[in-house]
Amino acid sequence: MKEYRTINKIAGPLVFVEKTEPIAYQELVNVVLADGTIKRGQVLDTSDELVVVQIFETTTGIGKDSGVRFTGETIKMPVGKEMLGRILSGGGKPIDGGPEIVPEKRLDITGAAINPYARGMPADFIQTGISTIDGTNTLVRGQKLPIFSAAGLPHNNVALQIARQAKVPGSTENFAVVFAAMGITKEEANYFMADFERTGALERAVVFLNLADDPAVERIITPRLALTTAEYLAFELGMHVLVILTDMTNYCEALRQIGAAREEVPGRRGYPGYMYTDLASLYERAGMIKGLKGSVTQIPILTMPGDDITHPIPDLTGYITEGQIVVSRELHRKGIYPPINVLPSLSRLMNLGIGKGKTREDHKKVSDQMYAGYAEGNDLRGLVAIVGKDALSERDRLLLEFADLFENRFVRQGYDEDRTIEDTLNIGWDILSTLPVEQLTRIDRELINKYHPKIKAGAKKE
Amino acid sequence: MEVKGKQAQEQKQGVLKRIAGPVVTAVNLDAHMYDVVKVGKEQLMGEVIKIQGDNVIIQVYEDTTGIRPGEPVTNTGLSLSVELGPGLLTSIYDGIQRPLEVLVNKMGNFIQRGVTAPGLSHDKKWTFKPLVKAGDKVEPGAILGEVQETNIVHKIMLPPNAKAGVVKTIKSGDFTIDEIIYVLDDGREYPMIQRWPVRVPRPVREKKNPTIPLITGQRILDGLFPIAKGGTAAIPGPFGSGKTVTQQQLAKWSDAEIVVYIGCGERGNEMTEVLTEFPSLEDPKSGKPLMERTVLIANTSNMPVAAREASVYTGITIAEYFRDMGYDVSLMADSTSRWAEAMREISSRLEEMPGEEGYPAYLAARLSEFYERAGLVETLNGKSGSVSVIGAVSPPGGDFSEPVTQNTLRIVKVFWALDAKLSQRRHFPAINWLNSYSLYLDALHDYYDREVAPDWNKTRSWAMEVLQKEAELQEIVQLVGSDALPESEQVTIEVARMIREIFLQQNAYDAVDTFCDMKKQYDMMKAIKLFADYAYAAQLAGVSPAQILSVKSKNELPQIKFIKDYKPELAKIEKDMDAEFNTLRSAA
Repeated sequence: MKEYRTINKIAGPLVFVEKTEPIAYQELVNVVLADGTIKRGQVLDTSDELVVVQIFETTTGIGKDSGVRFTGETIKMPVGKEMLGRILSGGGKPIDGGPEIVPEKRLDITGAAINPYARGMPADFIQTGISTIDGTNTLVRGQKLPIFSAAGLPHNNVALQIARQAKVPGSTENFAVVFAAMGITKEEANYFMADFERTGALERAVVFLNLADDPAVERIITPRLALTTAEYLAFELGMHVLVILTDMTNYCEALRQIGAAREEVPGRRGYPGYMYTDLASLYERAGMIKGLKGSVTQIPILTMPGDDITHPIPDLTGYITEGQIVVSRELHRKGIYPPINVLPSLSRLMNLGIGKGKTREDHKKVSDQMYAGYAEGNDLRGLVAIVGKDALSERDRLLLEFADLFENRFVRQGYDEDRTIEDTLNIGWDILSTLPVEQLTRIDRELINKYHPKIKAGAKKE
Repeated sequence: MEVKGKQAQEQKQGVLKRIAGPVVTAVNLDAHMYDVVKVGKEQLMGEVIKIQGDNVIIQVYEDTTGIRPGEPVTNTGLSLSVELGPGLLTSIYDGIQRPLEVLVNKMGNFIQRGVTAPGLSHDKKWTFKPLVKAGDKVEPGAILGEVQETNIVHKIMLPPNAKAGVVKTIKSGDFTIDEIIYVLDDGREYPMIQRWPVRVPRPVREKKNPTIPLITGQRILDGLFPIAKGGTAAIPGPFGSGKTVTQQQLAKWSDAEIVVYIGCGERGNEMTEVLTEFPSLEDPKSGKPLMERTVLIANTSNMPVAAREASVYTGITIAEYFRDMGYDVSLMADSTSRWAEAMREISSRLEEMPGEEGYPAYLAARLSEFYERAGLVETLNGKSGSVSVIGAVSPPGGDFSEPVTQNTLRIVKVFWALDAKLSQRRHFPAINWLNSYSLYLDALHDYYDREVAPDWNKTRSWAMEVLQKEAELQEIVQLVGSDALPESEQVTIEVARMIREIFLQQNAYDAVDTFCDMKKQYDMMKAIKLFADYAYAAQLAGVSPAQILSVKSKNELPQIKFIKDYKPELAKIEKDMDAEFNTLRSAA
């Protein structure tokens, strides 16, 4: 392999190489330092005069005397069944002291887009055991449902609880977790690992760790390695894979860093104009394929800078993903776990996974009714602060109480409490029954007669 | 294309010089703007977007990973065109009219590169029935015959850019789209297929002003903010406010004869939903599967960005083609913001001087050119056809002051403002009744008088007034509570609540409520107005608001939405209401 010593410029993570033979776009590059260390990179821009290489690690030690080797191939990920139970670095190298992975296949990490015609429709209800997700923002197989959180909130616990409890009721199919950490602290990583070990989840997991002090640019490839692994497990081995990506905010920061180094015209808040497309190339790698057994379900976690949901990172994510679970500081302060605020939360694929034969016939309508009641009750809290409780009408007073009940009985649950969907819906009916029946305008009469606890009890007496 | 001599051949072949993402540079290539070129050894499809000295800059519709400088570039000399003819309906295409079903068969479940597939099947035979005979004079755009494509009759037209002439011979029977079916007196031979460059609007005889509403079966749209056939509408809203559901509802239920649905840079699973759902849904008018009148274009967010830019043009050209047959076509573009972002991405790779928020300076021009391709027209063959365009807009952070929303609002006539607040409380469709507007109300006035009820326009204004009044009163309520309001205004608040919860809220997932015809809309609104009239009269007669609010029969009204044959139930409710108010008044 030819080695060039024609570096003419180094800026941030970018190395500019002159006078090369024709080099392919996105080709994998090895840069050899004077002491023999090898740093990996990828071609970002290629022409007959100049090739721009993005280095995945720090460029510390690279100089004009360093050698550049173009490998002639794009970045590939060695994958195999024995990856389950292994811990890898953000660049895909084993860091658990175990042996190298013996690859069964080497796959391109960019991943091709699933042909929309080949996609299978996500319709299998995943029970996470968390009422605010199962009951009001249902997750289904093949969905990408991010958690929007912020600094200091227990999003990691929520993610772990989902990873631990997630199951399709009545199904015994092969299940795996792919966990990709980008720029999280060692302490956080330890927390995840300890929980995986405590619950035995590690056996069924592949872990990629890019820690806070690992090179930022490596974060660009970490999620792609994870998703390539997930696709292999899902579509070649037929497993149902849950992918947890945390923290996407660090990924986007790395993207911005590279954009700035390339002197690109920045978009909103300095993030590159192609960030939507770039994020889509990750998130869209969730799904199912007609005729194949496995599925890739994604739960990306991101922390909203300044709790701002209109910040480009949550904003662009929300436009690509199929809903979002929003963790709220207000509920957290009230001491409610999991502090999921259902009002801005949403699952777009909910309707595909619920209803008769999947969860229960009354699911959709109970959920809508709770939403309507909680939204109105929540608004009234503002009014009460001004006029006091006494000025409220009877209807409003009941709604106000409903909002409190909703938070304390429906939202609040234990870290290890695994509620079935039946439990969740029954709690829903319990708290709805504190409202007058005629106020339940979203539920038709038939379902009220069948499920309303007071009417059911009344019917029995007669 | 015929190539004459070696000279011409040399100019048609160029060499790649630089590759940076979806934009590549070639040299030694004789090219014109928007020529379609084949890039690299794998012959990836691309389009010339800039010529600068010897450099020809090309946007490539496929992933350019692995392409090297020095590889060949071939100019086809054609501009980006779509194939038009029988076989379009029920198809699902990517942004450059490659049929996705064929691609699955050719390259498996994932989109690979360098695979071409024609937009239409060139093997399938269609039964052509001529409508003209030898000796007839035909003008460009004239209808020469027809093919029963699905339940839709596909008209075969003389291409708009052909010369007028006299029919020399015309055949009848089963043909592929490439077989010659008619010959004109100048000796030119024509098959069923025609090609049209996507960036050029198809010509019409005259553009007219719309006068008929596009009935969508959605109460807030038909009832309060209607769009006309041939009109333009925008649906802007933050994520999660229901843009896509609204677009899909329109694609399902709008009374257009042909629907073109463009999923431009959106979610793959959503397209799957459309694909799975449409074949099983029935057109309320014809009773046939909705898919039979639909053409889908799916260029999801992770498919190449340049093809996303082209998808909108591909869609509108197909829509215009059906319009030329005399059909009413509605086109949904979800989302035009992703299209604008594709323009921005390409523009920034070209290192063009950016305009507002990094969008290219020609953003406004491109948007208005696109929406202007909508309209009610007299076609070249003298028929009346229309293209209605409904574009979703995805403003970052839900902020309507951003360039795409603003430039769109300057052009479109109908604005359906989605509101995250409403969707959070599960008020669907989450269209804000105070911010939305339709500029077609006057144009459609006569239609409603004639086809719905003579007092529909008045009832509509009444409802809008109540909602407006409620908004003002709510400000007071927020400060002092509802008990402090005068009694008549407490009644107004209740009536407004009924309009919101009964009329405006509509459940897209309920088998009955998903589509509501104009007559039912009118009956529902009249029932609410009836309650209002009784209530105000009772209040004047001294009945307290608390008693009015406790009228039981009004609580039955929401159920009307979910009943197909609602009339007997509605009559019963109205009768009960009359009786209850009578009792109240006599007690007062």
